Amino acid sequence: MLVQQLANGVFLGAVYALFAIGYTLIFGVLDILNLAHAAIFMLAAFVALSLAGLGVPLVLAFALALVVAGLLGVLLDRVAFAPLRRRNAGTLVPLISSIGAAIIMQGVARGIWGPDEQRFPANALSTAEIHIGSLTVGALDVVILAIALVLMGVLSYVLRSTALGRSIRAVAADRVAAALLGVDIERTIALTFFIASALGGAAGILIGLQYNSVSLDMGARIELKGLAIIILGGMGSVTGAVIGAFLLGAVETLSVAYISSSYRDAIAFGVMFLILVLRPTGLFGKRALRAA
Amino acid sequence: MFEFFAHHSKLIDQIGINALLALSLSISLRAGSLALAQAAFMGIAAYVSSIGAVHLGWNLGGAALAGALAAALVAAVLALPIGRLRGVFLAIATIGFGEITRIIAINWPITGGAEGLSGIPNDANTLSIYGTLAVVGFAIFLFGRTKLALAVAATREDESAARGVGIDVAGVRMGTLVAGAIVAGLAGALYAHSNFFITPGDFGFGRMEQVLVMCVIGGVTSSLGAVLGALLMTVLPELVRFLHDYREVSSGAILLGIILFSPAGIAGLWQRRT
Repeated sequence: MLVQQLANGVFLGAVYALFAIGYTLIFGVLDILNLAHAAIFMLAAFVALSLAGLGVPLVLAFALALVVAGLLGVLLDRVAFAPLRRRNAGTLVPLISSIGAAIIMQGVARGIWGPDEQRFPANALSTAEIHIGSLTVGALDVVILAIALVLMGVLSYVLRSTALGRSIRAVAADRVAAALLGVDIERTIALTFFIASALGGAAGILIGLQYNSVSLDMGARIELKGLAIIILGGMGSVTGAVIGAFLLGAVETLSVAYISSSYRDAIAFGVMFLILVLRPTGLFGKRALRAA
Repeated sequence: MFEFFAHHSKLIDQIGINALLALSLSISLRAGSLALAQAAFMGIAAYVSSIGAVHLGWNLGGAALAGALAAALVAAVLALPIGRLRGVFLAIATIGFGEITRIIAINWPITGGAEGLSGIPNDANTLSIYGTLAVVGFAIFLFGRTKLALAVAATREDESAARGVGIDVAGVRMGTLVAGAIVAGLAGALYAHSNFFITPGDFGFGRMEQVLVMCVIGGVTSSLGAVLGALLMTVLPELVRFLHDYREVSSGAILLGIILFSPAGIAGLWQRRT
């Protein structure tokens, strides 16, 4: 029972992690909370679903939707954040412009796909199950977990070992110094948005596949959890976000199993609240307190 | 003229309630704390006042005061554990508190659960809403002329310096949180008593986001700005209603346009010149 619940927690946590990494990357580089991240998460799921509906193989639909999500992220930065960056508008104002952008994207999605929940085409998804001792896991869940882990691995490689990764880390550490050292700030920020939004989009598609359900409000349901995760992980820390995501996945599945499903989210937020009270900068936050 | 008011009385009431909510958040923001629990305070007061009115026959005045008091008590207790939190960490802790409050309201039998609580006497009218707004506005105006208002501003601008000159920073933060909760509580009670029924979803993150938008569009720390922000953001969805399918897209675009045009909000339009 416990092992089964922990396995479920891992499947949940992997998708949370993908979503949260995108959030935390943008916060790390720009010091802003991007509340349109959840809207891109939702749009990517709809794009993949529509492509699959047109008969595009699922793998290709996934890849194309990832690119669309990434480009949407770049567009979001150009429209909602770049003009404010030039005017040094602080951190609260971009939060509001990202809410405006999220409302627009939500409206576009409603216009194109309508208000109802949608499902992937029948027989597009495997329903096979794998039994390991007393443990039962869906083959689809395993594939989703594998994709999530591969994407995290790729990101970790890009951040650690490539020129782009060095630029991103330099801009996150100190934008002015990075510019003096010849890093192209705007290009780095655009690529950060591309990567972060593609990962958020990947999370949307994978969650859409996991529950075989894509809906307008799927972003709103994960948005606050994503925020909780990146805060727990210490804002801007990718490793922290991944650990925070698996922690939240475990807390959620365990509280459903052992306490009560109706209080699942309350327990998850309660744990987050408690950790913040004990460690005001998050579990892995090494940075100084930052003002919003 | 009379017909205009009769036709739009619901919208006019909504503007007044939203103005109270925006003011309540601007009180917290004035001390520099991004405490985003206004929707929860509003909800707590809405439920306390409605349950009192439905089950115990309280009148509007008593119910609203009891609701505001309950919100204030919860805020005072909440202020203790979150005292060390700042910035986004404070924001997310208080959003988490809001979610916990909402989930408790869904699961607690006395609130009517997710289906909501109905049969609330519809006794809040335009007069009581704008009367409350006037009293709150006047109180904020009077407070602005006291020395305490300087302590609040000093806490916002530089916390260590404020502490250095002997300002009780923790006290200022708790005081503004509680004062904001009272105002949000009054708004919540009036909201409940101008609708026939309330549900926990009325007081979730969506509401909090809406209040934050009003406040920032207004100009963060300006009271007049907060009221104008509430007016604008409440009327906007009605103004673009004729666009039918494009209404969500256009209200988002207008919001984006305003904030890009004047990042300091509506108040920035006149403050820039002075």
